[in-house]
Amino acid sequence: MSVAAATPHKAWQRRTPRAQFAVWAGWFFATALFVYCFSLISEKTIWAFVTDAPAQAGDLAVRMVPPDWRYIRELGRPIWDTINMATLGTAIAVVLAIPVAYCAARNTTPSVALVRPVALFIIVSSRSINALIWALMLVTIIGPGVLAGIIAIALRSIGFCAKLLYEAIEEIDESQVEAVRATGASRAQVTTYGIVPQVLPAFAGISVFRWDINIRESTVLGLVGAGGIGLQLNAAITQLYWTQVSLILLVIIGTVIVSEWVSAKVRHAII
Amino acid sequence: MLRIKGLTKRYRTGDLALKGIDLDVPDGQVMALIGPSGAGKSTVIRCINRLVEPTSGSVALNDVEITRLGSGELRRARRRMGMIFQEYALVERLSVMENVLSGRLGYVNFWQSWLRKFPQADIDEAFRLLSRVGLDHMANKRADELSGGQRQRVGICRALIQNPELLLVDEPTASLDPKTSRQIMRLIKELCEERKLSAIINIHDVMLAQMFAERIVGLQLGAIVYDGPPTGLTAAVLTKIYGEEDWSATIRKVDEDAPDEADDNAIAKAMPPASLERDRMAGLN
Repeated sequence: MSVAAATPHKAWQRRTPRAQFAVWAGWFFATALFVYCFSLISEKTIWAFVTDAPAQAGDLAVRMVPPDWRYIRELGRPIWDTINMATLGTAIAVVLAIPVAYCAARNTTPSVALVRPVALFIIVSSRSINALIWALMLVTIIGPGVLAGIIAIALRSIGFCAKLLYEAIEEIDESQVEAVRATGASRAQVTTYGIVPQVLPAFAGISVFRWDINIRESTVLGLVGAGGIGLQLNAAITQLYWTQVSLILLVIIGTVIVSEWVSAKVRHAII
Repeated sequence: MLRIKGLTKRYRTGDLALKGIDLDVPDGQVMALIGPSGAGKSTVIRCINRLVEPTSGSVALNDVEITRLGSGELRRARRRMGMIFQEYALVERLSVMENVLSGRLGYVNFWQSWLRKFPQADIDEAFRLLSRVGLDHMANKRADELSGGQRQRVGICRALIQNPELLLVDEPTASLDPKTSRQIMRLIKELCEERKLSAIINIHDVMLAQMFAERIVGLQLGAIVYDGPPTGLTAAVLTKIYGEEDWSATIRKVDEDAPDEADDNAIAKAMPPASLERDRMAGLN
């Protein structure tokens, strides 16, 4: 203190010595934990297989080329099913998400105490279960096929769309709503004139974004029997037709690139 | 005639925004409500059309007690009160025409408004109002393409197409430059005179209030501390409303501005009204 008082300069450090020690201790324990976990995993790993991996991967790659291009004639229908599953599932989800979002948004919900928790529960339960798991259950309930896939996609997407939409509703400019209300408009009119125009761009963006995600999700649903190109993928892998597998993967990549391009274009056009 | 008695508002946070306001606004009177931020100006006009629910007191428009109306009756009462907002509060993504016609929402049913099938009379009136404020050529523009002054004129049209008996105007010039502010205030005053409307104008700009209102009410901490003509705003009165400050410049400036305004009006009158009125209103932004 005496030194500090004697000099005209005030001492400044980023952290107090205590905080500096805490940061150091944090790094130390994080490193120790990493080393400990690594040793645990290492004990349960058969290292012979891991060291073998490059050779195995190389072998698989060799078996996969060239892709079996003749097989593409049989893939048209499955990829069309996949796109339809994604599109119809998204459409159903979006329609169902609108009332859920309206009930979940704090500023539009009919009742904060009763209706809002129900809407939020629908959102959480839909979001917490993956489309693949929905499909697994739906295939046992309504049998294998595209319908199970569509419903699986829809159930998974309701929560996603409703959550983003209700957040958009909560972020609207209330003064515009107030101005419409001040004209003597009814509740329905206040919604269509004050709220809908404000959330419409977000709504369109969310729908296209989710459609883009669903194209990717629907490619795997066939693995559990819910239709689409995943069925072919599963069959090709189990029969070890690696040249077909590589072609299917190429087709999936192509489809996803196209869907990403479409969704980017649409979102760009809206905003 | 608007009659306010003992109007009190206590917000849920416990703040007492209005402490028993008594105020009568006769038909055709343009009244400015001045006061510092937080004095309760906005709360007063929002309690009149019940965008904010008053805690107690009475608000009567032409002997209809507004504070006791059910929701359907309240909507009908709101049709008679046009409101103009600080940041225009236009629905940004709707067209100018849709924004103006939204002033008729209280008169049409849901499907008419959803399908944009407004009665032809409403559409005629909307075009008439837009041309009155010099914006008829902008009818199909989206509201967010307009400048501040143009937006506020659309806001004025939306309020007037309601065919109101009373205008509630909340800081109409707060986001406008000084010149546009004057044009907007002059427009509101002219329209009130044309239609024999009474108006309550919340405004923090004392000079504008003095220039365009025939009566000034000063609000301070939720209570009326001045009610009189613009000429009565002396340094002592302004100190009472806003607190201690050197008011000499504020008061003197009004006198300097007065001839300017007269010149403006004289020029406007000397020109052929229809086309130039529009140029004056529209061309300047």
